[in-house]
Amino acid sequence: MPDETRFQRVLFVLRRDWQLYLMLAPTVIWLLLFLYKPMYGLQIAFKDYSIFRGIAASPWVGLEHFHTLFGSDQFVRAVKNTVIISAFSLLFGFPVPILLALMFNEILHKTFKKTAQTIVYLPHFISSVIIAGIVITAFSPSVGIINYLISWLGFEPIYFLTKPEWFRPIFIGTGIWQEAGFSSIVYLAAIAGVSPTLYESAVVDGASRWQMMWKITLPSIMTTIIIMLIIRIGNLLEVSFEMIILLYQPATFETADVVNTWIYRQGLQGGQYDLAAAAGLFNAVVAFVLVIAANSLSKRYSRTSLW
Amino acid sequence: MNMNLYSRGDKTFVWLNMFLVTLFTLSTLYPFIYIAAVSFSSGFAASSGKVVLTPINATMAAYNYVMNEPQFWISYRNTFIYTIGGTIMSLLFIIPGAYALSRPQLYGRRFWNLMVAFTMWFNAGLIPFFLNMRDLGLLDSYFGIIIGFAVNGFNLILLRNFFENIPQSFEEAARMDGANEFQVLWKVYLPLSKPAIATVALFCIVSRWNGFFWAMVLLKDDDKVPLQVWLRFIISELQDDEEFSSTLVDAAYSFETVSAAIIVCSIIPVLLVYPFLQKYFNKGILLGGVKE
Repeated sequence: MPDETRFQRVLFVLRRDWQLYLMLAPTVIWLLLFLYKPMYGLQIAFKDYSIFRGIAASPWVGLEHFHTLFGSDQFVRAVKNTVIISAFSLLFGFPVPILLALMFNEILHKTFKKTAQTIVYLPHFISSVIIAGIVITAFSPSVGIINYLISWLGFEPIYFLTKPEWFRPIFIGTGIWQEAGFSSIVYLAAIAGVSPTLYESAVVDGASRWQMMWKITLPSIMTTIIIMLIIRIGNLLEVSFEMIILLYQPATFETADVVNTWIYRQGLQGGQYDLAAAAGLFNAVVAFVLVIAANSLSKRYSRTSLW
Repeated sequence: MNMNLYSRGDKTFVWLNMFLVTLFTLSTLYPFIYIAAVSFSSGFAASSGKVVLTPINATMAAYNYVMNEPQFWISYRNTFIYTIGGTIMSLLFIIPGAYALSRPQLYGRRFWNLMVAFTMWFNAGLIPFFLNMRDLGLLDSYFGIIIGFAVNGFNLILLRNFFENIPQSFEEAARMDGANEFQVLWKVYLPLSKPAIATVALFCIVSRWNGFFWAMVLLKDDDKVPLQVWLRFIISELQDDEEFSSTLVDAAYSFETVSAAIIVCSIIPVLLVYPFLQKYFNKGILLGGVKE
């Protein structure tokens, strides 16, 4: 009986709102075809995948690929590099946009402020190929400006991009250079919401701008800072591998190779689809757990869910 | 606030702050100036690393080389095809989809929203996506690139939130006149949502213009690759060349100046839409931000 009423309800709703479903249908079909169907395809992580047999007919091999993965020095190294690169990006990259927003907020000259903001937001919109091209040119031993300065100071030029010890600083620095400006927008928006009366009474009390910045502005945007921190931790594994592919070379794999670049080489270039899919599944599951954990943390902290 | 209120200490603070912001701004701007300077320098000057701020032995040789290279025009045209086609395709999916998701009476609304949100938390990864594109016969095709990246959860939710915040009272008059859902969307919601739609469209344009990884993976035919993929090819030539020491040292152009010239050509359209972008993305960020 309840089933029938439910069925009748669906029929009624369909008749009433068919236009809405018609509008929703393309998006739902797209999601099923391009994002959910690959999730079904993830089963090849547990199979001996052959192109000729297809996904469904390939034989199951259980956890064999995961044994191979964790027995592989290269893969373990890629996991380590992913964690190290993202941890250092967070450590050095996270405070920069906050400082930048605080500094922008203290600029009184409107035109100057606007011009500076326009410029520092720009790199966010430039493609990684171009950013990598600029980095490669600037750090090149024969033509680069960096080595020009080094030899001008009387030192030997360094071929930075072939040196494993230089890869992470260059990669993380590039990321900060590209994104810090744009990331400061969120904090500037939070600062704009701080009540002016707080500053007015501080001025009456004789507070300096320096004191107001640290004692009023920064504490007022703490919620935003913590939420952004939680989001960043949730996305910890999302190293921009596209940029790594553009900047690394075999000489620097030791410090540069991350899980997604490893997947790219083994799977898309090497054709080991099943093994690479297993690595991708591992990556996706860890990322999923991190995001869920981040959301429950933020719920507890601010009572606002991230989604 | 009044300038006179500041003590002497504050003046130092204000000037120091100005100085640091200027420093950061210049360090953002400098690489672009440097690349532009390299692109207008002679190959010899660029290869010997003499370019610092302004072109040395100024020449258009690199641009001449690029303009006479058929692959430049082919890939430039392709980038336009992917950007325009992809953005239109995205809007055709996202606008009606976001509208439907924003309607309170939509049956199963929670489920549909969860279906969108889940794709933002869990991703099948590179390999299954690639195999799926191959199985759908979308490798090496314009249509594959355009349709394969049409919907994006972030943009969909951004627009849905915007639609949700439009008061119901706006559509009452249209409803009285017997307008159906399509007419309400077209006549009431679209005109009110211009900034949100512009934001989404600009995000699509920028990500399409800059798209590189999947174009590299999915396209094999040189006639179909976009500018970014070709630029990558030129830059990797440059990197290889480095190892065998430059072969083009006394030419009017070199790999360095040529790749710098392509970089400049590929940035110019971004700079042209940038003022519009700037106008809208502040709003967009706030819309799609923390509170969804």
